[in-house]
Amino acid sequence: MSEHIVQRKVYFVIFGVLMVGTLLTVLAAFRDLDYLFHGANTVVALTIAVIKATFVVLYFMHVRYSSRLIWVIVVAGFFWLAIMFVFTLADYMTRPNGLTPS
Amino acid sequence: MAATHVDEHGAHAHHGALAHHFDNLEQQREAGNIGMWVFLVQEIMFFGGLFMAYSIYRAKFPEAFAAASNHLDITLGATNTVVLIVSSLTMALAVYSAQTGKRRAQIGFLFVTMLLGLTFLVIKGFEYAEKFRDHLFPGASFNWEGAGDPNQVQMFYWIYFAMTGLHALHMIIGLGILAYLIFFAWKGRYTPEYHSPVEISGLYWHFVDIVWIFLFPLLYLLGRHVGGGH
Repeated sequence: MSEHIVQRKVYFVIFGVLMVGTLLTVLAAFRDLDYLFHGANTVVALTIAVIKATFVVLYFMHVRYSSRLIWVIVVAGFFWLAIMFVFTLADYMTRPNGLTPS
Repeated sequence: MAATHVDEHGAHAHHGALAHHFDNLEQQREAGNIGMWVFLVQEIMFFGGLFMAYSIYRAKFPEAFAAASNHLDITLGATNTVVLIVSSLTMALAVYSAQTGKRRAQIGFLFVTMLLGLTFLVIKGFEYAEKFRDHLFPGASFNWEGAGDPNQVQMFYWIYFAMTGLHALHMIIGLGILAYLIFFAWKGRYTPEYHSPVEISGLYWHFVDIVWIFLFPLLYLLGRHVGGGH
């Protein structure tokens, strides 16, 4: 049996990372970051969320210790999600009033 | 695939949980994990469509979305985020206990995970009740007095209820899975050799946690920097 058993210590560290990430998300949300660039708050919120999700996938879901085949399946999932977002937004953004606030 | 076929009475001692179409438990475990991941990829696309809809309408109606979002209860939303993260930790520890053959700890962690899942749903229920009371559930009785175009605000609440509702449905299914696991863990079915059900249920539970990791900032926090609390 080649199953990798993740040690409890790792789980507690990841838990700590997720809690700190949640705290940072809330703190950042109440600060107006638009002076950096327009929409900076959303970028910061999503960056923290992506980092949190990556830690969950790699450690809680054991992908870091999983076979290549599982890596391919996980990456393919997010790649197809990206295709949906990129193509849909490309369509909307190239139409008159496509994404213009109304 | 292999030329040699070992039947049930052959040279290998068979584990009771090994299905006859697998060569060994390791292959069976890997197949189970792959199956669950393929399902989760489908789930990514399933929720992805809603995140797509959210992105388009938020770009179209930025002010109304910010005003509507600021009306959500940030304390309850943040509490639920913490509840789910703790439940993911206890689920991971339940898998660890199964892997290392600690039956009592496994049942305990599964039970705590279930309680946290229930806590999440109860808090969500209070939030929903408040929204219904305030006529913020989309439909004929929808009523919005605050800033922003009421129709655009209603769009936010459509998306809010669709996304959190679908997420809550996944939580309810997760509670059923946990009840199943607790029953069979109690009967002693899961051992260090065989615990695939616990492991792949863990994958499902963590996925549902990931969805909430995105829902919380996107739904509850998007307009706080312009409007503050309500």
